[in-house]
Amino acid sequence: MFRFRLDGSTGVPPYLQLVHQVRQSLLLGYLRAGDQLPTVKEVAVDLAINPNTVVKAYRQLEHEGLAAGRPGQGTFITGTLASPSVAASKALRVSLEEWFRDAAEAGLSDEAVTALIAAVRHDLGRDAMEERAG
Amino acid sequence: MTLDTRAPAIRANRLGKRYGHVWGLRDCAFTVPAGSIVGLVGPNGAGKTTLLAMTVGLLAPTEGELAVFGEPVRAQTAGTLARVSYLAQDHPLYRAFTVADMLHFGRSMNPGWDQDLALRRMDTLGIPLRRKVKALSGGQQAQVALTLALAKRAPLLALDEPVASLDPIARLEFMRDVLAASADSGLTVLIASHVISELERFCDWLLVLTGGRLQLSGPVDDLLAGHAVLTVPRQTPSSGLPGKTISRTDSDRHSTVLVAADPARVAAARQPGWQAEPAGFEQLVLAYLSRPPLGACAADPALAGASGGRVEP
Repeated sequence: MFRFRLDGSTGVPPYLQLVHQVRQSLLLGYLRAGDQLPTVKEVAVDLAINPNTVVKAYRQLEHEGLAAGRPGQGTFITGTLASPSVAASKALRVSLEEWFRDAAEAGLSDEAVTALIAAVRHDLGRDAMEERAG
Repeated sequence: MTLDTRAPAIRANRLGKRYGHVWGLRDCAFTVPAGSIVGLVGPNGAGKTTLLAMTVGLLAPTEGELAVFGEPVRAQTAGTLARVSYLAQDHPLYRAFTVADMLHFGRSMNPGWDQDLALRRMDTLGIPLRRKVKALSGGQQAQVALTLALAKRAPLLALDEPVASLDPIARLEFMRDVLAASADSGLTVLIASHVISELERFCDWLLVLTGGRLQLSGPVDDLLAGHAVLTVPRQTPSSGLPGKTISRTDSDRHSTVLVAADPARVAAARQPGWQAEPAGFEQLVLAYLSRPPLGACAADPALAGASGGRVEP
C-alpha cells in the first residue's frame, strides 16, 4: 500500500504535500492506474493529521482526474501523468551537468549554487505570478 | 438522544462571562461546523478555559447565546452533559478507585460507553486494570482520564491542554485515537493548547483569544489565504499597505509585515521591490497572540483604554 509522509519544515500546506506525493509517484512510476490509496482514516492516523486534510487532498486528486473514489471500496488511481520524454530529460541532464561543472570551475560553493538556483526559481515564479496577476 | 448533525457543532453569539467585576470573556461570536477539529489558542488568562467550561455546560454564561448541535446549552443539565465529553486540565480521577472501577463508573454513567475501546487502550498502554489510580504515574493517570473522555463517545470532545503531561510519543498516540474517532464518526473536537506546531497538524478550524476577546476565528485554510507576509522598504507606512496590519517587524532598511488581505488585494497593491509570501500557520497565530489585546474587556483595569475591533473573515 502507498504510504504518505509529511515534511513539517517546508511550509507547504499538508494537503498539497499529499497531492504532490501522488503526482510525483505517478511520474516516477511508483503508482499506476488501478492502485489503491490508503483510506482517509489510515492516512490521518498514520501521519497524525486532520482527516479533513486527507479528504481535501483526495478531492483535489479526483478533480485533477488522477484518482476516483469507489463507494465502499476506497480511492483508486485512475489517471496517468505524461512524463517528460526520456530524450528531453536526458538532454536537460547533460546541460545541467555542464552548468554544475561551470559553477564549480568558477569557484561557487555548494551553498552558493543552492542559493543561485533558489533565486532563479523565485524570480521565474514571480514573473509567472505577475503575468497571471497582470 | 436525538441530535441534529446538520446543525453547527458550536454556535456562540455575543457570549460573555463575568467573574465579579471582571469579564473573563466578552462579545464572543463564532460558528463551528460539525466534524471540525478546532484549535483554541490564547495566552494564560485569555478566557480559553471559560469558553470550554461554558461549551460543555459546566459554567453558565452571563450574557449571550451558546448552542451545541443546535440545542441551547443549559449548564448542569443531563441533555447538555450527554452531548459533550470534557477533559479538564488537571484530568480529575478518583484516586482511591482502581482503573477497572473508573471504567465501571464511566460505563454506568454514560449510555454510549465504548467498553471495547476503553479496554483496548488500557491494554495497549500497559496500564493494569487492578491498579489503584493513585499508584499510577502522572502520565498513566492522564491516559486513564483521556480514555474515559474518548470512551464516552459523545459527539463533541473538549480538551483543555490535554497532553501537557504526556511525553511526545504518548501525545501522538493519544491524538491518533482522537483522529481515528474523528474519521470514523465525524467527532467534533475542541482543543485548547499552547503547542501551536501540533495544532497545525490536527486543526482545520482556529479560534484565537486574547484578553477575553475573540481575535480571530475561521477555517484554517481561509485564514491562511486571507493573510500575507510582505517584505517592504522600512519607510513604507502601514497605511500604504494592503489590508489591515496585524504585526510588523522593522529592520534597518526593510520591514516584515503580516497583513490581513487576500491574494488579489495584495497583488493589486504591490509595488516594485515588495516581496509577498503566503502566511504560515504558526506565524499567523503568533502575530495575533502578540498583538496588543484590541477590544479587550474594559472591566479589567489592566486592559482598560484599549480599543479597536477584531478581524472576522
